[in-house]
Amino acid sequence: MDNNESEFEPKIVAFVCNWCTYAGADLTGTSRIKYATNVKIVRFPCTGRIDFMLLLKAFANGADGIIVSGCHPNDCHYTSGNFHARRRWIAFRHLLEIIGVDVRRIRFSWVSAAEGAKWGDLVNETVANIRELGPYTEYTKVAQYVEKEDNNE
Amino acid sequence: MEKRYINKEGLAKWFGSILNSGKRVYAPVRHGEKVDFHQVHSLEDVAEDYIQTTLSAKSVIFPRAEVLFSYKKDNKEVTLEDFNPDSVPETVIWKIRPCDAAGFIPLSDIFNGGYDDVVYAAHLNKTTLVSFSCAKADDFCFCTSVNGSPGATKGSDIQLTILPDGGAIVEIITDKGMALIKSAEDCFEPAKDEDKAKYLADVPVYFDLNTVHDKLKEAFSSDIWKQQSERCLGCGACAFVCPTCACFSIEENSKGSHGQRIRCWDSCGFSMFTQHTSGHNPRSTQSQRWRQRILHKFSYMPERINDFGCTGCGRCSRACPVDMNIREHLTSIVK
Amino acid sequence: MNKLEEKAVSLLQSGVKLILGYEKGDKGARPFFCHTPEDASKLIYDEHATTNLATYILKPELMGHDKVAVCATLRTLRAIAQLASENQIKEENLIVFTITEEGNGDVKEFSGIDEINSYLTDKELEVAQLYKELDEKLSGMSREEKWSFWVNEFSRCIKCYACRAACPLCYCTRCITDVNRPQWIDPWPSPMGNMEWQINRVMHMVGRCIGCGACTKACPVGIPIGYLSRKMLNDLSEEFGYIPGQAMKDGNSLSTFKPEDKENFIH
Repeated sequence: MDNNESEFEPKIVAFVCNWCTYAGADLTGTSRIKYATNVKIVRFPCTGRIDFMLLLKAFANGADGIIVSGCHPNDCHYTSGNFHARRRWIAFRHLLEIIGVDVRRIRFSWVSAAEGAKWGDLVNETVANIRELGPYTEYTKVAQYVEKEDNNE
Repeated sequence: MEKRYINKEGLAKWFGSILNSGKRVYAPVRHGEKVDFHQVHSLEDVAEDYIQTTLSAKSVIFPRAEVLFSYKKDNKEVTLEDFNPDSVPETVIWKIRPCDAAGFIPLSDIFNGGYDDVVYAAHLNKTTLVSFSCAKADDFCFCTSVNGSPGATKGSDIQLTILPDGGAIVEIITDKGMALIKSAEDCFEPAKDEDKAKYLADVPVYFDLNTVHDKLKEAFSSDIWKQQSERCLGCGACAFVCPTCACFSIEENSKGSHGQRIRCWDSCGFSMFTQHTSGHNPRSTQSQRWRQRILHKFSYMPERINDFGCTGCGRCSRACPVDMNIREHLTSIVK
Repeated sequence: MNKLEEKAVSLLQSGVKLILGYEKGDKGARPFFCHTPEDASKLIYDEHATTNLATYILKPELMGHDKVAVCATLRTLRAIAQLASENQIKEENLIVFTITEEGNGDVKEFSGIDEINSYLTDKELEVAQLYKELDEKLSGMSREEKWSFWVNEFSRCIKCYACRAACPLCYCTRCITDVNRPQWIDPWPSPMGNMEWQINRVMHMVGRCIGCGACTKACPVGIPIGYLSRKMLNDLSEEFGYIPGQAMKDGNSLSTFKPEDKENFIH
């Protein structure tokens, strides 16, 4: 890693469900698996509760990358929360592609309570990807305008 | 009032000199089918052949959103940064319509009546309005019914009437206007003996404004509001395109330890506008809100600031998705 | 007396208190609330009748508790069908009729929502020319270009909410933009707030939008906002199992799911 790259530390926000991924991340720690420290975890009762607006707010407030993760299909603590979430992400991700939001910066995953190692790998991979993509200034720049003066960007 | 003549080349030269002087220049710019005021950097940017811009030029002086002050908290230290009137650059609004320029008079009476609104006044004082009289009008225009005309100079600093040769009659209305002329004196020639009236659009008078005012005094409980507003959807398009609508909301843009207080446009047509914290809404139906819109412009404002809140630009009627035509509604009030 | 007027008069004489239809306006046909048989002669029906009258059906302050009839265009029929599938229509208070496409002005009254649904089955939902052109323009753009295109478009938004007001399927009593604890979406017109607002609108319309274009038509500053919902409607129809322009049969796309839903981005 050269000096230039090391100056940028990606800020990653992870939206995870309480029952699977959060417990999985806990296992990563208790298993003494080392992984990147760039991630800030936000715990939700269920992936079904993760409103798409939260992802947009994370980007607007300076996140360079986002992880969304919960129970594998058929393993939801509330039976169907993750199925609902999956549909929402299919629609949301498609919409972001139409608008031109950089969807490479959002990583969706299923991580169970037993997959401590997978969580560590997921974070490491995401940090490496985002490090390559660089900071998401394209988004934060727009979020900082109160009113955009036209023709003089 | 002083008059001059300017030929086509002179006009282009004068416009260039205004741009070169470092002033911000706003003018109508075409975007697809719509024409609206944007900052321009050359005469080619300025739109031709249109009747009216979708939005008024109001936003140049009363922006859609404006930061009143910013704050920052650093441990226990709180710093406030107030709006800085000096941060507003000298501005020229070019090719504004007479009805639009006239709109700044009631708007200024609202913001600067009694005492000056520092933020509004800063924009107003730094802005020079160069209006172009109207050679064309459409069925939505009704300036002549509300004390205006296609060549009215009230509110403008300078008014140009374009002549067939591409030159223009230049009327200098205010000192601010004179200063803009003086900055490029050599572009102008002495006034010619031309009657501006023959170059103006013909806008029929649809109703008598004083009759509207008188009738409205007794109209508060009338059924007419319900009849007229049935198809109104309750959006804010009419208020936001209006050159005189001044309703605003004060909002917090709070980001934890720092933030801004923002003033932004609002509309009395929204149901949330009068909603109380308790849940009670004194104007709970759209007919009451429509009544407020008309009475405010044609009854309350004349009584309070001695000016009507309408300049007949017709923008609200053009913008309305369900064709709420204000001219038609006012005419029916007179009948 | 034409057939439309005849129908209106007979309905008003048989206990219907209001007919929602169109009258001549300055920009073609505009919505008209016909209360009396004397007013029935003002009713018109032509290709300019583009306002979606279903928007009014859910306004109690206008509808009251009386029996109301709607002179419905294809767009309005689609909206009524979708609203009915969301349990928003009181069938006993609503009479729906349309003017048949044959061109001789015949009036067709529907016996109920089921008949509307079957009437719509062979009516394909077309894509507006404006959207086709936009599709072509956007398909040639890089991701960055698309982003700056939409940022610029949404920067022009003045937050008048005409799109929300004109949409027959935006009927929440409290809109997400009016939620202020926390304030989800900037109430002032900011480029990001405008974009978040439109993203919300599209997401809340997934599989529900009936492609009537009322939002695009209502936008006073001319942002082609309806394009997004319309494109989503087409692109996701196969995945979510619905037919664009027809009411969902087993619940709206995002309030239901299938265990076998497919995606290729969760791993």
